[in-house]
Amino acid sequence: MNNISILVIPLMFAMIIGYGLLQRVAVFDCFIEGAKEGIETTIRILPALVGLLTAIAMFRASGALDMLGNLLSPLLSIIQFPKELVPLALMRPISGSGALAIVTDITKTHGADTFIGRIASVMMGSTETTFYTLAVYLGSVGIKNPRYTVKAALLADLTGILASVYVVKWFFS
Amino acid sequence: MMLNYIWGALMLVSLVVAAFTGRLEAVTTGAMNGASDAVTLSISLLGIMCLWTGLMKIASSSGIINIFARVLRPLTKILFPRLPQNSPAMDCIVMNMVANLFGMSNAATPLGLKAMKELSRLERGNIASDNMCMFVVINSASLQLIPSTVIAIRQSIGSSNPFEIIMPVWIASLIALIVGVSAAKLFALGGRV
Repeated sequence: MNNISILVIPLMFAMIIGYGLLQRVAVFDCFIEGAKEGIETTIRILPALVGLLTAIAMFRASGALDMLGNLLSPLLSIIQFPKELVPLALMRPISGSGALAIVTDITKTHGADTFIGRIASVMMGSTETTFYTLAVYLGSVGIKNPRYTVKAALLADLTGILASVYVVKWFFS
Repeated sequence: MMLNYIWGALMLVSLVVAAFTGRLEAVTTGAMNGASDAVTLSISLLGIMCLWTGLMKIASSSGIINIFARVLRPLTKILFPRLPQNSPAMDCIVMNMVANLFGMSNAATPLGLKAMKELSRLERGNIASDNMCMFVVINSASLQLIPSTVIAIRQSIGSSNPFEIIMPVWIASLIALIVGVSAAKLFALGGRV
């Protein structure tokens, strides 16, 4: 199944560039224009990343991160959830750049190809900044009563967070 | 917003804990390292991010999104049974879903907001309709074909196979999406009875 993971990107490249040429798109000019947006996006999140990575590095170095993990470990062992991932699970629905900072911190500390590193990667990729999405989408049309939206969205988020752990366990075993 | 308190609390708690455990020096070093790591990370992400947004620009100019939108149409009938297939709201919803699938967040959000506006035209008052709830839930579960940011981080950290997480990401987000959509459907039924 790992072959699919490796094939997706080349397929995507071939499809996008092939169809682009077929439709007579100036593919290279277009690429350059799009790549500029990539620079803007990356530079735009840099200040937030500096602030958040600083705070998270301090939190880890002070020993507070371990304390938080140990505090929750009885509960976590019941659902077989690694304590190293608690900060990511808490941050993911709130802030995209915050979660990005934590994923970097986790993969640097534990390695990207380890059990913990893989779960962190899958968790980051399979869940969304739910509170932000809720606020922006519902706020844009002035919804005062979201009914069950928050419940359902958070349930999906929680499922994604737990599923990341179990899917990685099963997939890489 | 919320992040102001979280960030402030992270800093203050770290300093208080460090004062008690005698790790103030480690925390200061950590702070400096964290700040410079952020810049190193951004620079190493830059290449892959540009490659990706560049490709996505070609994808959106060539109109390949329309092909995928056609494939997704039947699915939207199940998700939004009461919404007419050829309504402007449905068009925006489908395009937003495809943009999310491709990870084009720059394009997905404006389309999503337009979809919300079209949906709100069909309702009165400021109560979320079932269609709006379903749409927001789908957006918050966000299925992505290629999780490019995560791949970029893995690559910059020196992973031996940055792509190996693609399949697990699909599986985990599909499970989350199914649970979210089912929950929304069930809550909608419950509200009507």
